[in-house]
Order: sequence, then structure tokens, then C-alpha cells
Amino acid sequence: MKKNRGNRSTQGLISISASLLSIAIGLLVGLALLFILNPDHALDGFRKILVTGVLTTEKLAKVLYQAAPLMLCGLSVAFAFKTGLFNIGATGQYTIGAFGALTAGIALQLPWYVALLFAIVCGAVLGAIPGICKALFNVNEVITSIMFNWITMYAVNLAINNMPIMLSNFWAKSTIKDRTASLSVANPSAVLPKANLDVLMNSNYINIGIFIAIGVAIIMWVILQKTVFGYELKACGYNRHASQYAGINAKRNIVLSMGISGALAGLGGGVYYLSGTGQYTLLKALLGMGFNGIPVALLASSNPMGVIFSALFISYIMVGGDALQPHFIKENIDIIISAIIYLSAFALLMKGWISKIFLRNSVDNANAEIAFESEPVDKPAQPGGVGEGILPAADVKKEEEV
Amino acid sequence: MILADILSATILFAIPLLLVALGGMFSERSGIINIALEGIMIIGALCGCLYLRYTDDAGFGANAPQLYMLIAIVLAALAGMAFSMLLAFASIRLKADQTIGGTALNMLAPALAVVVTWGAQGQAQTTILIPNWIRISQESLGLGTGTDFLSRMVFKSLYLTTPIAFLLLIVATVFLYKTKTGLRLRACGEHPQAADSVGINVYRMRYLGVGISGFLSGIGGFAFTVAAGSGFQSTVAGYGFLALAVMIFGNWKPLNILGASLFFALFKIIGSYAGSLPFLPQFNGIKSSEYIYLMLPYIVTMIVLILTSKKSRAPKSEGIPYDKSGR
Repeated sequence: MKKNRGNRSTQGLISISASLLSIAIGLLVGLALLFILNPDHALDGFRKILVTGVLTTEKLAKVLYQAAPLMLCGLSVAFAFKTGLFNIGATGQYTIGAFGALTAGIALQLPWYVALLFAIVCGAVLGAIPGICKALFNVNEVITSIMFNWITMYAVNLAINNMPIMLSNFWAKSTIKDRTASLSVANPSAVLPKANLDVLMNSNYINIGIFIAIGVAIIMWVILQKTVFGYELKACGYNRHASQYAGINAKRNIVLSMGISGALAGLGGGVYYLSGTGQYTLLKALLGMGFNGIPVALLASSNPMGVIFSALFISYIMVGGDALQPHFIKENIDIIISAIIYLSAFALLMKGWISKIFLRNSVDNANAEIAFESEPVDKPAQPGGVGEGILPAADVKKEEEV
Repeated sequence: MILADILSATILFAIPLLLVALGGMFSERSGIINIALEGIMIIGALCGCLYLRYTDDAGFGANAPQLYMLIAIVLAALAGMAFSMLLAFASIRLKADQTIGGTALNMLAPALAVVVTWGAQGQAQTTILIPNWIRISQESLGLGTGTDFLSRMVFKSLYLTTPIAFLLLIVATVFLYKTKTGLRLRACGEHPQAADSVGINVYRMRYLGVGISGFLSGIGGFAFTVAAGSGFQSTVAGYGFLALAVMIFGNWKPLNILGASLFFALFKIIGSYAGSLPFLPQFNGIKSSEYIYLMLPYIVTMIVLILTSKKSRAPKSEGIPYDKSGR
């Protein structure tokens, strides 16, 4: 059993190195791209991508500020992935979360923590709808989510237009009618506290949002890894029929995991729009933040703890990408990110390569150990979690020896 | 007269949905979930529009407009096909997760398009304008200017993409149901192991399925940009995802997909014409009530999906990488 656990940490190490390898190759692709587009400034641009985020505390604050909603959207997608669902509706849930938080903050004049609660509930309700459609009517959650992204966007625009108190021209003399009121004017108590970090980092962007996001990530990890509830959710993801046979209520679990996933994205919307720096603008296109949650989740192979780092990383190179202008456009960063994601789609293949290099040594060690201890017939390899995709190589070897 | 306009616009917007949903159908029928339709559309539109732009700048496009339009369509198709091979390679050869690969391509395409647009047109030029000679007018066909119902419906906004789309629909239907290759392709989406056991090359069939989907989606993306009329801005406004819904709505069958795309486009157009249709309720008490009609197509699709979900039947093996050594 002890050996088994050792293997699992090797597995984690392999996952991480596969992600790092994807990142490294993706960045090289980016460098090549910069050379093609503008060879004179390529190296300088590449340096900017890599270091801008830590050059000044102000930039670092921007990284953290942007990472918070990104992390929550990533968690939303990752949580759904872990339970076998693809939540492409994080965008809609993020939008309705923003709407819920702003309604609480501006129209109802409630403090920030109640506003965040509103965001969570709104997101959860919207997230549960695709779950219900899947559980009861067997409609693919991807399609429902896509439909509800658009329905939500139009509904939120409709609602905000019909609530004059929400708009900025209600609070200040201005002709701008297409965005919500600035929170610092309408209700300063709804702005997320800054905990003196703004003075410390010399930036208006920073607030406690990032700590909320990290805390939520840890809670999600505990739920998925350490509780019966999380185990049941994952079991449904791996094999719905088998888990039903084992007495798990799969339909309820689908609705619940989509609801939780929606709540996370909703909270993301709340955190972003309660920062006091962003005003919700009535748009005709879906917000990008929810979609950016997908690469964050994928890069972390849907591990909630990994999401913390992948969100920070993506936010970091996005800030670096903004510094690319005027010699390059910031969309170059999107190309780099998509290259990284495309590469991480081969995670299985890369894990295969890496584990070959990695495990060659440890397999030899394990064999030597077995020979030395001359253990009697060991129990067959216990699948540690439901999730161990690749059989621990050392255990396989052991069985052959038996 | 407004009815003719609505029908004309419906057909115009149904065409990209039809083409892309057909593309998605071929891919899924062969067993590969193609969520990258959106990205493929963008790449197709990019290449088609860039080509039109160059011919127009060079000044020879207007001489034989439909010939150059045809070349643009072919280029869009080939570009879409080439781009879709990225998905095919990842999901067939490397057995990668198809959703992840598709998502990566969806991210890559708009970014690439923006970069190429900048590269081709200089800084801050984010729109590729489409020349206006591409429309097929009555004069160009030598028919004279009729203003009756039929000619207004057909010629209000007719582009070469429309007849080609209907032609491709017929070809696609015949190919899928009446040819040996079509049957083999369908078999690979249902039970690849059984198909393999009788000597069908599953990998090749899947490459074919994804390739066809890239071909059709590339044209679809170009058709969308032409229909939208405001030039190419590195986006197809979520039509690739709508096409996925249309494909499911159409139950992975060509003729049902035609019906589904017409249905969806009709509701979409009704939404944008809502203000000028006297028989629709106007919601006078509510500000910016146009949003209600903009929501309509999505809500109707949702209701139809729920009502027809019992009959919905996806290809059995879609989304599962084929492994020869599996059973």
C-alpha cells in the first residue's frame, strides 16, 4: 500500500511535467511566431511576455486581480470535467453571477459578502439547468449550456435596461447608458475589501478576490479527494451505469455537479465585478472570461490545486501579452495559449513518454526491492482512486513476477 | 414584400448553419466529436475573404465575379480542411481527447485570424472588407429587373454560396447513404471494431470524416461572412456552436439538418425583423424589448430539443479514440 502511494505521487509528478513540457513547447512556438512577425523586436517581445508580470508590484497586482475570476472559472470547468461533464456554459454562469452581485450591490444596497452569495446562487441555478436537462431529458449538456449562454446574455441585458437604478446615469450625471453604475459611487460597501494591499502594491486593482479563489480551490480539492460525496460525483463521471448499479443516484449527482460548477463560475463573475474597477457593459457578444476557464482547467488536468497555478500562469502571460504592444498585437498570447492547450491534449501520449523515462529507474528499483525482500504473493494492484488512468507500472511488473 | 425579405434572409442565414452542421455530422458519424467547427469556420472565412480582397485590390475581380467567387469558395474549403487535419491528427493518430483538441483549435483560430489580418492589412486593420461585386443580381444573369415576390425572395441577397450549398447537400446525402464509402464511414462511428474486423481502415475513415467536416465548415464560415455583410472580423459569432446544436436537433441526418437549420434561421430572422412585423406582440411597457426576440431562437431550440430528446440518437462510438488492440 505504501508503495502504491509512492506511485501515485510519481503519477502526479508525471502529470505536472507533462504540463510543463506543453508550456515550454508552447512558448517556443510563440517565440517562433514573434520571429516570423517582426524579427527585430522578437527577443524583446519574448522577454516582455516572460518577465512583465513580476517587474513591478503594480503588474503583479494586475496578474493576481485577473487570476481570481480566471481561477474560479477554471475551477468551474474542472469540477464539471472531473464528474464527466463538459461545462461550456461557464460564460453564461459568469454573466449571471455578475448580474446577481451587481443587483445585490447596487439595487439592493447590500454589502459585498451578501452580493457574493447572490452571485453564487444565481450561478448555481443557471448551472443546474443543463444538469436537469441532461438528467431528465437526456439532452447533451454542451448544447444546453451553449443555448443558455446566449439566453442569459440577452436576459441580463434586458433586465439591466429595465432597472434604471442599475445604470451609471442614475448615479452620476452622464450620458453613458450602456453600463452599470460604478460601485464606488453607488455603494462603497459592496466593493471587495482591499486589506491594505492596494497601498502595499501601489495598485488599485488588487483585492481579496485572489484569496477567495485560492480558498475555494482548496475546498473543491478536499470535496473531490476526501469526501464520499466527491467520490460519488467522480464515480458518476467515470461510469454512470456502474455507479448507478452500485447504488449512487446518478441523476441527482449530475444536477448537483452542474449546480456546483455553475456556482463557481457565478462566484467568479461576482468577484470580478465587485472589485470596483469594472463596470458591466451591455454587450452583444459573450464574455470571454468563462471560455478562458476551459484552458485553465485543461492545463491543470482538472485538478483543483493545479488550477491555482494554471490560472496564475495564464493570467501572468496575458499581462505579459498586453505589454507586447505596439510591436505585436496581444492576440499573439492567445496563439501561445492555444498551442499549449493543443499540446496538453496529447497529455496521455506525453505522460507515456515521460513515464518511460521516469519509471525506468523506479521500476528497476522496485524489482530489486522485491527480489531482496522476497515477499510472498502480494495482493493484486489496488486501484488507488477511480482515476488512475495508467496502471502503476511497478505494480504491473510485480504481477508478472508472481 | 416583407415576407419575401424574411424568406430571403432566412435562406441566407440557414446556408452556413446547414453546411457546418453537415460537416459536424460527417465527423461525428465517423466517430470524432468535432467541437472545433467554430474555429474551422473562421479559418475558412479568413482565407476566402483574403483572396477576394486581393483580387479586388488587383482590380481583376469584377471582370468575372462568379469565377473568382468560386475560387474563393474552394480556397475556403481547402483551408478548412487543412485546419481540421490538426484535430484529426491529434484525435486519431495521437488518440488525444477530442474535446480538448477542438477547444484548442477554437482558441487558436480567432487569434491566428487577427494576427494574419494585421499582417496582411497593416496595423489596426481588424476588418477584411468584402467587395460588393460578389452578389448575383438579376442583371448579371440577364433576367431584367423583376420586382415580383419570387424574384425579390431569390435575388435580394443571392450569392454563389447558396446554390453550391444545396448542391453539396444533395452530394452529401447521396454519399452518406448510397455509396460504399458512406456506409463504411457510418460503421466506424457506430462500431469501429466490427468495421475493422471486416477490413475497413477505421483510421482512414475517420480522417475522411474530419476532412469532409473541415471542407464543409470552411465553406460555411465563408458563407456566414458573406451573409453577415460587414466584412470579416475574425469571428463567426458563435455559429459553429449553433451548428452543433442544429446537428443534434437534426438527429445526425442530412435532410433533418436542412429542416433544423431553416427552422433556426427563421426564428433568428424573425427576431431581427420583430419591430416591423405587425402581427407580433410589441411589449410596449418594456424597454429594449428587442432582446426578447433575440432570445427566441435559443429558447425555441431548447424546447424542441427537450421534446424530441427521446428520439435523439447519437453515433454510438463518437468521442472514443479507436484503439486497434481494444475490443
